[in-house]
Amino acid sequence: MQFMLLFSRQGKLRLQKWYVPLSDKEKKKITRELVQTVLARKPKMCSFLEWRDLKIVYKRYASLYFCCAIEDQDNELITLEIIHRYVELLDKYFGSVCELDIIFNFEKAYFILDEFLLGGEAQETSKKNVLKAIEQADLLQENIDFQMRLFAGSRDPAQRAGGNRTDINTIFIAIHTPPSASYSAVCS
Amino acid sequence: MFDLEVLVTTERERSRKRGGLALGDPAASSGLRFKNRRPEVPASGDNKVKICHCFIRKLLCCSVRLNPDATFLSGGGSFKKGKSKEAEIKRINKELANIRSKFKGDKALDGYSKKKYVCKLLFIFLLGHDIDFGHMEAVNLLSSNKYTEKQIGYLFISVLVNSNSDLIRLINNGIKNDLASRNPTFMNLALHCIANVGSREMAEAFASEIPRVLVAGDTMDSVKQSAALCLLRLNRTSPDLVPMGEWTTRVVHLLNDQHLGVVTAATSLITTLAQKNPDDFKTSVSLAVARLSRIVTSASIDLQDYTYYFVAAPWLSVKLLRLLQCYPPPEDAALRSRLTECLETILNKAQEPPKSKKVQHSNAKNAVLFEAIALIIHHDSEPTLLVRACNQLGQFLQHRETNLRYLALESMCTLASSEFSHEAVKTHMETVINALKTERDVSVRQRAVDLLYAMCDRSNAKQIVAEMLSYLETADYSIREEIVLKVAILAEKYAVDYTWYVDTILNLIRIAGDYVSEEVWYRVIQIVINRDDVQGYAAKTVFEALQAPACHENLVKVGGYILGEFGNLIAGDSRSSPLVQFNLLHSKFHLCSVPTRALLLSAYIKFINLFPEVKATIQDVLRSDSQLRNADVELQQRAVEYLRLSCIASTDILATVLEEMPPFPERESSILAKLKKKKGPGKLPDMDDSRRSVNGSTDSTHSFTDVLNLNPAPSSGANLLIDVFSESSAPAAATDVSEENFPRFVCKNNGVIYENQLLQIGLKSEYRQNLGRMYVFYGNKTSTQFLSFSSSVSSSDLNVHSKAVDPVIEGGAQMQQILNIECVSDFSDAPVLNIQFRYGGALQNIAVKLPVMLNKFFQPTEMMSQDFFQRWKQLGAPQQEVQKIFKAKHPMDTEVAKAKILGFGVALLDGVDPNPANFVGAGVVHTKTTQVGCLLRLEPNMQAQTPNGNAAPPATDPSFPFGAGLPGSHLGICSRCRGEQGDGFVGLKGTWPKSHELKVAFDLASFLPPDGRVCERLLLRT
Repeated sequence: MQFMLLFSRQGKLRLQKWYVPLSDKEKKKITRELVQTVLARKPKMCSFLEWRDLKIVYKRYASLYFCCAIEDQDNELITLEIIHRYVELLDKYFGSVCELDIIFNFEKAYFILDEFLLGGEAQETSKKNVLKAIEQADLLQENIDFQMRLFAGSRDPAQRAGGNRTDINTIFIAIHTPPSASYSAVCS
Repeated sequence: MFDLEVLVTTERERSRKRGGLALGDPAASSGLRFKNRRPEVPASGDNKVKICHCFIRKLLCCSVRLNPDATFLSGGGSFKKGKSKEAEIKRINKELANIRSKFKGDKALDGYSKKKYVCKLLFIFLLGHDIDFGHMEAVNLLSSNKYTEKQIGYLFISVLVNSNSDLIRLINNGIKNDLASRNPTFMNLALHCIANVGSREMAEAFASEIPRVLVAGDTMDSVKQSAALCLLRLNRTSPDLVPMGEWTTRVVHLLNDQHLGVVTAATSLITTLAQKNPDDFKTSVSLAVARLSRIVTSASIDLQDYTYYFVAAPWLSVKLLRLLQCYPPPEDAALRSRLTECLETILNKAQEPPKSKKVQHSNAKNAVLFEAIALIIHHDSEPTLLVRACNQLGQFLQHRETNLRYLALESMCTLASSEFSHEAVKTHMETVINALKTERDVSVRQRAVDLLYAMCDRSNAKQIVAEMLSYLETADYSIREEIVLKVAILAEKYAVDYTWYVDTILNLIRIAGDYVSEEVWYRVIQIVINRDDVQGYAAKTVFEALQAPACHENLVKVGGYILGEFGNLIAGDSRSSPLVQFNLLHSKFHLCSVPTRALLLSAYIKFINLFPEVKATIQDVLRSDSQLRNADVELQQRAVEYLRLSCIASTDILATVLEEMPPFPERESSILAKLKKKKGPGKLPDMDDSRRSVNGSTDSTHSFTDVLNLNPAPSSGANLLIDVFSESSAPAAATDVSEENFPRFVCKNNGVIYENQLLQIGLKSEYRQNLGRMYVFYGNKTSTQFLSFSSSVSSSDLNVHSKAVDPVIEGGAQMQQILNIECVSDFSDAPVLNIQFRYGGALQNIAVKLPVMLNKFFQPTEMMSQDFFQRWKQLGAPQQEVQKIFKAKHPMDTEVAKAKILGFGVALLDGVDPNPANFVGAGVVHTKTTQVGCLLRLEPNMQAQTPNGNAAPPATDPSFPFGAGLPGSHLGICSRCRGEQGDGFVGLKGTWPKSHELKVAFDLASFLPPDGRVCERLLLRT
């Protein structure tokens, strides 16, 4: 595998992993081109396409596209299942994963990927083993005070003028504006 | 920019679902949903560390607050987006400043804050912003003994590799400590970092260390896995730094490891290493077969967590099958049969009912199946397996899963090139053609085209080409060019009769003219020129095709070229008489681009040669202002030159110059080359004939595969009419004789006779009586040596002795060669200098016509006026006299004309002619056998170009020549120059038997500088 990209339906890159040495400029160019190509495809189309001299394998999970570039001799179907296994791992770790989990816990998404794939090849395909490794690492962590304000003293004046709502409230308002259609009901 | 969309997405997802649109969700069919839900609020005490949530949320908030109703807007105006982006940048810059000041501050930061800020920097970088600081802090984190700090440090380094050498040393130091720590978690972090960065510096530092870790007996399994793949990455990026050694045999034995995860990682490593050093890893074959056999025969529960949706270790199976593809079929019979058994089991499993309806089950199962088929094709030795594989793929061709249809088409392409399964693949032709018509996904259709191309042979070529042509009418623009190339190749390769080929290509141009590249139409012309059995048909067909009111420019090109060459073959029919052909072509002229028009002009001048009866019409066209004064230099030049050529050259010369094109040398098909380039190496189904010889689909007598090569033929501008392929510039195997500068030497002896990008040839010559000496200077214009340089002179009439030359010409150097020339008797053909040398490996051939004409052997003779007229009058017999009237190119200048006549070799006799405007000369041509006296007279007509030659009465009065001061009657003498416009006149009188006088006169005439308004008369008598 040469690289793996996760991007949203809006074309925003959520995770990138490169297994070949490329310059930042090339990476940006490839990303832009590929995101465009994949987003332009219709839902029922097949998951593989030829792109430059690579084969692209992609799959969409809700609002997020998982996209891998593999070489000519590599197996497309098994790559598709690599993607699925990665999604399963994320899902198991976060418990019903969503795009926001990956934004908020991007470092975790990277750590899980490193346990699963290394150098572009599957390192450990057992779900149990990967999660065990990640959980062991988590156990090593110290407790962190989440109440700690990272931005104390540097608040945006506009926000201060906006009222007393906390950051978290703002998010909830944004998300909950239309009355609740239960996510779990919709998504199960 | 980023977070806003998340919210919008979440919102839209939800409203979509409420609206009942959820069925259209592509994820709905997959086993697992990537759920849309609100992330949990991080609770304190949660052991999952969430480091910069607040920061991320801040960024979310500023977007949301600026666009309070953003979530309801489906389009999301760019204005608002821009504003939120601005807010984001503002926020980020503020944060960057904050972090910078924290890092620079006097107070030492504790590990937690350092980690927090590094993590923020990382997040900002991943958003697409540039980060130019913080590397040092990240490196510091590596030496922390707290796991999370170390982890963030490593992540930062993995993502933001910096080539700063000081830093790399520090990073390597940190990695070294962790590798030596014996703490498996830390070791894994270090190994992941090496594998992610994979830089050369890291390879230098650790390439010898990692193999030791990998094979050490006490290494933990998870570390072994990381070490194996880490080594794989280093081997890919810097293979020279990874030493092979004693550890290789022990690595092979990892295939026997108890832990399937270790086997999985090790198999990848061994495959990569075995591709480069197959001999070192030969023993892996038997181990891999054994392992594979155990997996495929195991019950699905045996492998516990390595079973994926009821498929036993699919990843490992695929990797083992990949490893086996590095080697030929095992020689050991037992091993071989065990492998065959495995492959049969895999094929059998494909027929079993699925154990699960989940797509993951079938994907994993089929992934193994496709890899097994790839191995079967790679071995290409078991006909039964190949045919079974083909049948299995045949089933997939009609599977409801698009992915499977796609892969089946792709895999069948490779099967088609095996002699055992080619016939079996052909049985699926109807299905594939159907796929071409019905598939909705363009990438699947493209695979179908590839497969049709691969399965094509002589038996089905007509049908496949017809299907591809009909598909072309509706094909996606993105793949049209490729289909055009494929059709062109197949049509050529499998043409039994070339009329079908011509029809196919013309159809191709009609259907998809825009996508027909130059290679294709060059090719059809080359084939028509090389095969005389198809020329008449081709002329007839293009003539008919051109009748269409709107035809593609490529058709006009082909039509123009073919009619120009072979229009005579259909001219017998009154419906396609020369004039009809010309009018047809010319009706397209004004709609065409410049290159096509240039080609048409060439076709017109060829018409003049083929059909003298349309000469006047064509000359009128060439003479029109839209041609002669065309703004485009190329067109103007062609029009002027062709017009001149048609005016001043005799029928013989025209016939020589405008001769039918000689057959093209046969080379590799450039269409094929182009297709290969387009598809990339290895992607093209093997069209190698030898493999299919069993079914007789191709035969070796087929000679046209290779005719068309684009790197052409060059001409080095020697012959204007070869210049139709105007891209051609390389002086490749030029065998055309260069005469470009030849006329310049009629009246002078020194100068540059030939020049191209590589070589310049200069001449210096002197003549005395019937002997001449010519110094040839070869100048190497390049900076590299010419090797194996040799030259020879071929001459039919002259004795030429050339001195041997040094075989090497250094870059930038010049070499001299001396030629001694003897004129034996009168002659008309100039000697040709043939040069051959090697430049950068390519053999160069150059032929140059040397400017040795009869007039070089003139000795000037002074004589008195009376003598002159007496002799002149004696020479009245028709064979003793040559006269020519021509149009002057430049205003007549007495001094220039004098210099030219002197250069011509005769003595200029002053005060001989009663008309001072006329020039008179006399000389003796010396040959070994005889000497011939010559008289010459040039009569410029200073008046306007009065009557047109065509209308002028032919003068037959032999006593005329000295009608001095009778400008109006000059034209009378042009009777011998019939066909000329009668604007100018040159005469030459001599007694030698061969009729080449006119040629000499012509050489001179073309050189003298008359202009359109001035008539000259040049008479030369012996």
